[in-house]
Amino acid sequence: MDSTIVLFLVQDAIINGAIYALVAVALLLVFAVTRIILVPQGEFVAFAALTLAALHAGRAPPTVWLLVALGVLTFVSVAWRQRRFFDARTLAVAALANLALPIALALLAQAMAPLKLGLASEILLTIALVTPMGPMIYRLAFEPLAEASVLVLLIAAFGVHFSLTGLGLAFFGPEGVSTPALIQGSFMIGALVVTGQSLAVVLATVALLAALGWFFRATLFGKALRACASNRLGARLVGVSTSMAGRIAFGVAALIGAISGVLVGAISTIYYDSGFLIGLKGFVAAIIAGLSSYAGAGVAAIAVGLVESFSSFWASAYKEALVFAAIIPVLVWRSLVVGHIEEDEE
Amino acid sequence: MSEPLLSVRDMCVAYGGVEAVRGVTIDAKRGSIVTVIGANGAGKTTLLNAIMGVLPSAGAVSFDGAGIDRTPLEARVARGLCLVPERRELFSNMSVADNLELGGFRRSAAERAETLEQIYARFPRLKERRAQEAGTLSGGERQMLAMGRALMARPRLLMLDEPSLGLAPRIVRDVFDIIVDLRRDGVTILLVEQNARAALQIADYAYVLELGQVSASGAAVDIAADPRLVESYLGLGGGDY
Repeated sequence: MDSTIVLFLVQDAIINGAIYALVAVALLLVFAVTRIILVPQGEFVAFAALTLAALHAGRAPPTVWLLVALGVLTFVSVAWRQRRFFDARTLAVAALANLALPIALALLAQAMAPLKLGLASEILLTIALVTPMGPMIYRLAFEPLAEASVLVLLIAAFGVHFSLTGLGLAFFGPEGVSTPALIQGSFMIGALVVTGQSLAVVLATVALLAALGWFFRATLFGKALRACASNRLGARLVGVSTSMAGRIAFGVAALIGAISGVLVGAISTIYYDSGFLIGLKGFVAAIIAGLSSYAGAGVAAIAVGLVESFSSFWASAYKEALVFAAIIPVLVWRSLVVGHIEEDEE
Repeated sequence: MSEPLLSVRDMCVAYGGVEAVRGVTIDAKRGSIVTVIGANGAGKTTLLNAIMGVLPSAGAVSFDGAGIDRTPLEARVARGLCLVPERRELFSNMSVADNLELGGFRRSAAERAETLEQIYARFPRLKERRAQEAGTLSGGERQMLAMGRALMARPRLLMLDEPSLGLAPRIVRDVFDIIVDLRRDGVTILLVEQNARAALQIADYAYVLELGQVSASGAAVDIAADPRLVESYLGLGGGDY
């Protein structure tokens, strides 16, 4: 192994690590606000890559039907929960968000797809199609369970993950796709070849993390999400609805997932079920950071990327196993250092 | 103005099989301080939490002439009902300024900015500490912040649960002075206190809660003069206000 190979592996680690960092940040956010471990985060990533590939090929993506179907299910579920306490305003808002918006997006995608308006508009449309799935999934699957234990929520999250993977196969089919690079070409830094796409991934990740930092520090809704994470009863007492906070958190997570999908599609081939492994590696990074520190998760995500790229060089058959095995010493170390952690079973 | 701001009829609250509050009926007139006193475990905190909507309850609650039984907690805040809970429930890893800003979550940006100035004027200490994390404040400052955060919502009815609990006597006096000031500004106060003597000195009307039921009620001065009640509760209050 010479220095060129090392540099190449490190570059690979940083690119993959950036994607895992985005997944980890989404997981931390959703967990802090709702106590849900968002197993289906990887599905947003995969669905975004598949959507972008379809749009780029000039086809209307199957995502539109998935979105409309999820919207209808969500609206029915919200309406059913309203059968005793009927509230016209809530129902109207739910109809707007879950029926009108998906149908409008579906029509827009149908009209735009054959025109091939270029990568930038395709990316925006992809993000617009995937992001609303987050709040819909929250309302459909998790809102009725909001007061359940972390374990019940985790089981529900796995249920959502398996459902979405199945729906992914039904809607997108088994073929893998790759999407065009955001920045074409490559250039040399010393002896190292840096592709435009790796630069795009790193730049986009840094920009997105900075934007999230601003959202949480400077905006009222960002602060409301932090308040929910800090003290749920306190947040309700100032008028922050935990259901609204959950929807926003899921929306932000889906947005992060959609952007990750746009980035990752140009690095590797993405199938309907590729999201799980990406999500799991982001989860490893989140766990290493103790499911609490955003900066720690970013560093841990790069570490996961390093373990992955070096183990794929030395023992490629075991690379996934080595990444997941890396969590064991971390858990042992944490349990020795942190000691007993109070069970969060409000 | 004769109609009370808050009116609670036959409220019952049950935890599992135990009824903590049984058929309680209370009113709070606009611009008055109403206090609920009683021993530990009499159901005072449960009553406030049920009025706020933190706990589900049976019976009827109306606020400003409209029934709010089906109104969720968050919407009650928007209507002008606010609770400062016994445990304060601050956002301890966020700054004092952020805690206050979130208190006005249901108000417009202009209202928030205006109310924040008033609160900094009322609690200069909070202004000094505005960049500090809430978790690093002293007990008295935490109570000030909890009250400030509730006031940011521009409440018409402010419910205070044991505001003097765990505070030094000098700070207790400050807290009670502020409560009197708030009434002068037109805020109706529902005050739950162990320190019954101090509560009765500032209150207009008082209810005595025993084992989840109202056992006596009347003008605060009359309750303070009732020999039986003085013996049962005022001895426990600990110290003059």
